[in-house]
Amino acid sequence: MTAILAILEQRDGALRKGAPELLAAARQLADAAGATVDAIVFGAADMAGLDGLGAAGADRVLTATHADFAQYCPDGIVATVAALAGGYRAILTAATATGKDLAPRIAARIGAPCGMDVTGLALQGDVIRVTRPVYAGKAIQTVDLAGTAVIAVRPGAIAATAAGKAGAMSAVEVPAFTRRLTVREVRAPEQATVDVAEARVVVAGGRGLGDPKHFALLEELAAVFGGDAAVGASRAVVDAGWIGHGHQVGQTGKTVAPELYFAIGVSGAIQHLAGMRTAKTIVAINRDKDAPIFKVADYGIVGDLFEVMPALTEAVKKARG
Amino acid sequence: MKIAVCIRRVPDTTAKITIAGGGTAIDPAGVKFVINPYDEFAVEAAIALKEAAGAGETVTIALGDDSVQETIRTTLAMGIDRAVHLQGTGSADGLATARVLADHLRGGGYDLILFGKLAVDDYGQQVGPMVAELLELPCATAITALEVADGSATVEREIEGGTEVATCPLPAVLTCDKGLNTPRLPGLKGIMAAKKKPLEVVPVEAAAGQATIVSLALPPERPAGRIVGEGAAAVPALIEALTSEAKVL
Repeated sequence: MTAILAILEQRDGALRKGAPELLAAARQLADAAGATVDAIVFGAADMAGLDGLGAAGADRVLTATHADFAQYCPDGIVATVAALAGGYRAILTAATATGKDLAPRIAARIGAPCGMDVTGLALQGDVIRVTRPVYAGKAIQTVDLAGTAVIAVRPGAIAATAAGKAGAMSAVEVPAFTRRLTVREVRAPEQATVDVAEARVVVAGGRGLGDPKHFALLEELAAVFGGDAAVGASRAVVDAGWIGHGHQVGQTGKTVAPELYFAIGVSGAIQHLAGMRTAKTIVAINRDKDAPIFKVADYGIVGDLFEVMPALTEAVKKARG
Repeated sequence: MKIAVCIRRVPDTTAKITIAGGGTAIDPAGVKFVINPYDEFAVEAAIALKEAAGAGETVTIALGDDSVQETIRTTLAMGIDRAVHLQGTGSADGLATARVLADHLRGGGYDLILFGKLAVDDYGQQVGPMVAELLELPCATAITALEVADGSATVEREIEGGTEVATCPLPAVLTCDKGLNTPRLPGLKGIMAAKKKPLEVVPVEAAAGQATIVSLALPPERPAGRIVGEGAAAVPALIEALTSEAKVL
């Protein structure tokens, strides 16, 4: 039982992004053990984009086909993975809403330990050693998982690599299972926007905006980055009902690690900092030069955001041509 | 309708974290402990469902040392009917903890077993769905909407780029996300009543499990940044830095 299994997500017949990253994480373990990586995909019919998985690190690509897999079907996926689990040293999912739903169920079904939201992983003798942020990133925990481990890897934590493996296709059997939960539909958001947790650029606002209507200033800057940017928010303004919870960054919201994070009128409460401190570049604009946000920001502008934002949006537009 | 709510006692989210001597846990000195914020959504959902049904029973279940009884009383003050304190410590292995809870819940006759979607201390995010597996019950995690009618539950959950709508028959295990409801604050009357509500203490022991915490450490500090200037006049300097230093535009 040395091989590594990576569970890839698909929706509407197309792979979700993040598959190459998850295969890179699987390769880290497999290469250290001289083992192979199997990718597995669950769908109702043939899926697109599977031919690129060898290049991303899959020695084999397993497909599990069942009519119930037209929508996410946790009970069927858990049953199928559990039937295969004996052959694997580790079973990986992405730490997405779906992956985090699956990983603990698989672990409980096969009696394995489960590491969630893992940002680093390595074989360490008989165990798999994982690191993971806890207390919303205020601390980093290192945990040893013995036996077959089920691990949900945080998106963005491990970069995709070119591996040049075969990616040989193979169909696997879906065992009989009881469908306890039925997904009826997936509703698209009213506006097609990128999720704050997946965006390359996050423009986040806090109490300094003064009024919910001023989120428009943030949306204008986000729009300059096209489909790459999302609007985020501090807990204070979400709790005040200025913007939906889906936008909240921090300890009771989302943890984000974008390339570029704008904190606009965000003071930088400890639970907010915990959710965005791993952003690659942080820009803060705040009237208060002593605001804690400036302690984590790479670049800061002290000033009135209503004066700075329009100028900044224009300048970014120009700089990006 | 009989509903169990499984809760955790955690450090307040505004708490500053320091690492204790052994290097595997936080130093609890001076830290305020509260009910896990996501568990409040589960408590509120349980109370509201019972109120809507006009009958039933709500039960708080908490695993922990004796300090968790204070947190249990908070849920009783909010309106939960009674509580069970599973007296002992959880395991670093979520599955070992889930087994303790499942052993207690099994045969309890619960129509719904509710959890918070995660605890804001260890971010384990696994005990709820593991309990569901161990009890062979339907499970939906991180729900933001819930309707219960005719022996089945309809839930919504946020997924990347959409909202999943799902149904399952009861009994079921659900974990609750922010957005599900607005938890009520305990009133004075509730706080007084909570003191008289039944709180059963059941000693338990979790197995060591297959997960071992090796260390807990503070994350690396970000290198100090700089203030590029004041007001709109500083924008060109910021653009220059983002273009040539950070290379993110």
